[in-house]
Amino acid sequence: MARGEAPMVPDVEFESYYGRQIIKTPTWKTPDVPLYLFLGGLAGCSAVLAEGAALSGRPELERVTRLAAAGGAAAGTVALVHDLGRPERFLNMLRVLKPTSPLSVGSFILAPFSALSGAAAASHVTGLLPRLGRLAGVGAGVLGPPLATYTAALLGNTVVPAWHEAHRELPFVFGGSGAQAAGGLAMMLVPLDQAGPARRMALAGAAVEIAAAESIVLRRGLVAEPYQVGTPGRLMRIARNGTAAASAATLLLGRRSRLASAVAGATYVAASVTTRFGIFEAGLASARDPKYTVVPQRERLARQDGSAKMSR
Amino acid sequence: MGSLWGGLDDVQADAGYDADHPPRMGFFTDTSVCIGCKACEVACKEWNDVPDDGYLLTGMSYDNTQELGASTWRHVAFVEKPAVDLGMPTVGPPRDADQSAASGDAGIRWLMSSDVCKHCTHAGCLDVCPTGALFRTEFGTVVVQPDVCNGCGYCVSACPYGVIDLRKDDGRAFKCTLCYDRLKDGQTPACAQACPTESIQFGELDELRERADRRLAELHERGVDVARLYGRDPEDGVGGDGAFFLLLDEPEVYGLPPDPVVPTRTLGSVWKHVGYAAAAVAGLGVAAFSGRRR
Repeated sequence: MARGEAPMVPDVEFESYYGRQIIKTPTWKTPDVPLYLFLGGLAGCSAVLAEGAALSGRPELERVTRLAAAGGAAAGTVALVHDLGRPERFLNMLRVLKPTSPLSVGSFILAPFSALSGAAAASHVTGLLPRLGRLAGVGAGVLGPPLATYTAALLGNTVVPAWHEAHRELPFVFGGSGAQAAGGLAMMLVPLDQAGPARRMALAGAAVEIAAAESIVLRRGLVAEPYQVGTPGRLMRIARNGTAAASAATLLLGRRSRLASAVAGATYVAASVTTRFGIFEAGLASARDPKYTVVPQRERLARQDGSAKMSR
Repeated sequence: MGSLWGGLDDVQADAGYDADHPPRMGFFTDTSVCIGCKACEVACKEWNDVPDDGYLLTGMSYDNTQELGASTWRHVAFVEKPAVDLGMPTVGPPRDADQSAASGDAGIRWLMSSDVCKHCTHAGCLDVCPTGALFRTEFGTVVVQPDVCNGCGYCVSACPYGVIDLRKDDGRAFKCTLCYDRLKDGQTPACAQACPTESIQFGELDELRERADRRLAELHERGVDVARLYGRDPEDGVGGDGAFFLLLDEPEVYGLPPDPVVPTRTLGSVWKHVGYAAAAVAGLGVAAFSGRRR
């Protein structure tokens, strides 16, 4: 496995206009958008954990995850609004609901999730309106999984080669990565005797995330290359190794050592952030090089036999 | 919601317009007669009050405009290619004979092409716009409403041609409107009006397609077998372009994608996989709390 040491694909011949890129580089800002991808996953999966904690009587776990859900959603919303070219017009996101626009659908997931998770956390912390608070928490728990995964549709439904070609795997990467982050944060902050579900969620999420991410990376050819080389390649490898190390520590010591649980949890969170930056940067890299746009399209045309395509 | 891909006879009806809407209007840009004067670029800037976006000597032949963007709605590409083919045996009349001879530059084949927004039948920018700022006009064109756009930038990443972009100091997305204001007054768009060689032809799309087919046949008859139409095919990845081209080389030579596909073509698969993954996350949550172990 010489992964990442050199381009996996031999240099390909293709023509271009002075080597310039064809599609535009996404205008989404770093760190706003990758951070939002992470925070949405963290918040969504924390809301799921919070409902489980409430149902199973784990008050410490419930407190931490309710705050993580509300805090993650609030911070994510700030990041998302900050990314807009006209932040004062963020409410225009709610003018229409368009299934063809994952950003539109996502706004209608994020807005109620933020309100519900915020209400649930406020009620839990203050003790006011406990029944309404629980009800809000249930709502957030239902919206949590879509919140953690829709961001994959956001990236997949673009012409950015690295994102579009991975649209089948990305929802599982993001869902797994979100579960890993939510579980990891709870492992950091919750006593061992209440953190069992957080450990299990982090372990399972990490397994899903690694399997899905590796199935992108291990694909042959140009599709996988942006995830393997340069900065995004490095980020993806760091994230995978961190996730694997955290899983090993969790399995060996997670139930016995508070310190090991906290360190593994923190590693999970850091690896989840790193994954999002890696995937985001891989997309930007694939947009900047015309190779990733032209060569696969040329191959597609060749597969279609080149006939009748350009109506010559 | 209209159809997401494939051929579409009436794009306005698909977008919800009544049957009495005007015909679909578009551009046919015949690059074989483009002389690279950039009158289209200037006319567009002047009429639409598009701001200056810097001046840079690029070294890319006569092209200092570089690319389409938020403040460049027409872009003339210049390609200088050696006309002499070294060593590759060919059959038939000499390629591009009339092109290089006509320009008088023996040894150089000079390609010029005025690029513009394609006003796709299935427009990625319009599909993904979360605010409804981008809309389909009664002429079948695609236009941004600047008073609605909040600068989310999703359209920028959804255009397979790299046309639309955010204006940095403004924050909002801008692109060619196919002179929507002029069309409403029955006028020709500024670029087509300014074009001295009728390289840019404006008209009803159906009529332009027929005209382009005739022009292509004529060029092929004269031995210019490199001529091909780009964006003409209603069955292509974007359902055909409202602004299409006659090119004299492969599209990527002009900076155009060889086989553009609207991203929403895979929308069903995208949402399906998100659904599976969301269900998996919910399953993880349930599983985390079941079982005996703490």
